[in-house]
Amino acid sequence: MNYWSFERFFEAWPYILKGLHITVGVTISAFLFAAVFGLVWAILRRVENKQLNFIITWVMEFIRSTPPLVQLFFIYYAWPVIPVVGVTLSPFVSAVVGLGLHFSTYIGEIYRSGIESVGKGQWEAATALNFSTLDKWRKIILPQAFPPTIPMLGNYFIIMFKEVPLASTIGVTGILHMANSFGSTHFNLIEALTIVGIIFLALSYPAAVLIKKLEVKLNTRFDKNADIKPIE
Amino acid sequence: MTKPIVEYKDVHKSFGETEVLKGIDLDIFPAEKIAIIGPSGSGKTTIIRMLMTLEEPTAGDIIVDGRNLWKMKKHGKMVEADEKHLRSIRGDIGMVFQHFNLFPHMTILENCMTAPINVKGENKKEVEQRSIEMLERVGLGDKIHNFPSQLSGGQKQRVAMARALVMRPKIMLFDEVTSALDPELVGEVLEVIRDIAKNDDMAMVLVTHEMDFALDIADKVLFLDDGVIAEEGTASDVIEHSENPRVQEFLSRFRS
Repeated sequence: MNYWSFERFFEAWPYILKGLHITVGVTISAFLFAAVFGLVWAILRRVENKQLNFIITWVMEFIRSTPPLVQLFFIYYAWPVIPVVGVTLSPFVSAVVGLGLHFSTYIGEIYRSGIESVGKGQWEAATALNFSTLDKWRKIILPQAFPPTIPMLGNYFIIMFKEVPLASTIGVTGILHMANSFGSTHFNLIEALTIVGIIFLALSYPAAVLIKKLEVKLNTRFDKNADIKPIE
Repeated sequence: MTKPIVEYKDVHKSFGETEVLKGIDLDIFPAEKIAIIGPSGSGKTTIIRMLMTLEEPTAGDIIVDGRNLWKMKKHGKMVEADEKHLRSIRGDIGMVFQHFNLFPHMTILENCMTAPINVKGENKKEVEQRSIEMLERVGLGDKIHNFPSQLSGGQKQRVAMARALVMRPKIMLFDEVTSALDPELVGEVLEVIRDIAKNDDMAMVLVTHEMDFALDIADKVLFLDDGVIAEEGTASDVIEHSENPRVQEFLSRFRS
């Protein structure tokens, strides 16, 4: 039997690409979910309360230490069965919540490292100028804490993109799901899965290059308008 | 007789088990220039950091313009001050730090403008005008659109002073502002402080190791030793004519 056919290869492309907007849609939605929820973790961990801190630390640890696939299954299959709080979610929403929640714990840590990278002197200068607590965050701390985290956030975006195929197990019709269905009707998966690999490479690699460029740009961000060089 | 603008009343401060300040009594009068000298670790910086609300005293009171800085009345009882109370008093006080603490994500003009606009809600045009004038006064009128990373240490410290002055404080605190500078940059910073001291009528408290400078501008010099004010008087009393052996020993290290 002919295990590779270019005819099938080209035939499969349009079919599989029909799932691309779902894969990309889950990635972006889950990332936004994680970006917002990560901020919640970062703020909760800064609250000076021993009990709360203990609880939050262990909840985050629990979410991080359990496989995302298990979490997806739980949200999609088990959660709806729980009385009172149980809700039935569509495969798409389940994937967004599941992956978003899982990655929010990592992103929360990234935010935390960004905030901690701003020195104590910056807080003190803001206090000396009588900034309100909210304005200290908005005008002084976050504008310095956030830019250095962008490359790390970008890396997690790519990692998350590559985890989205997990969602095909709960019926999200992304590119892997389409490839599987194409393969099973044509009794051969080789071409279809090769295409999935090519698509992931074609999107991940340029994104990684872009992030690298961004990182270089961010590292020199305060030297723009440099018509006068430092005098020492 | 005029009333003091700041009164320290038996102020103590401990960090953990270590008592750094062991009962400070001090009056600061409007427009008065005070220099605090003494060995390192004697608690000089802590005195002004408590006034800037960066450290809370362990015991005692600091009264600013008749109001207790660290305590407030609530339901007829004196309780620990909250942030709102501190903010209502802190606006009269400005501080310049040893390590400048400029905001690196803003140009030096923005560094000066951000607090008057965001904290006091002042008119942007007016603040810009005032900030530029202030930066010209400290000799940096040609660098207003530069970022702090493009300046030398002495220039950064002059920006820090302009930034504090634009807020028009009644009391300015200087925390060893020349200690982190290369020796050849110290002069330009002292020159600016001298200018402020001679021409502005705000009270100034300087923690410093520059004895000649203290002698020149200070109305009053405090010698702090082991958490207490060991000697207090005019600059010439303390620096030139003190009979206290601890003062003499300390000063001998500056005279070679």
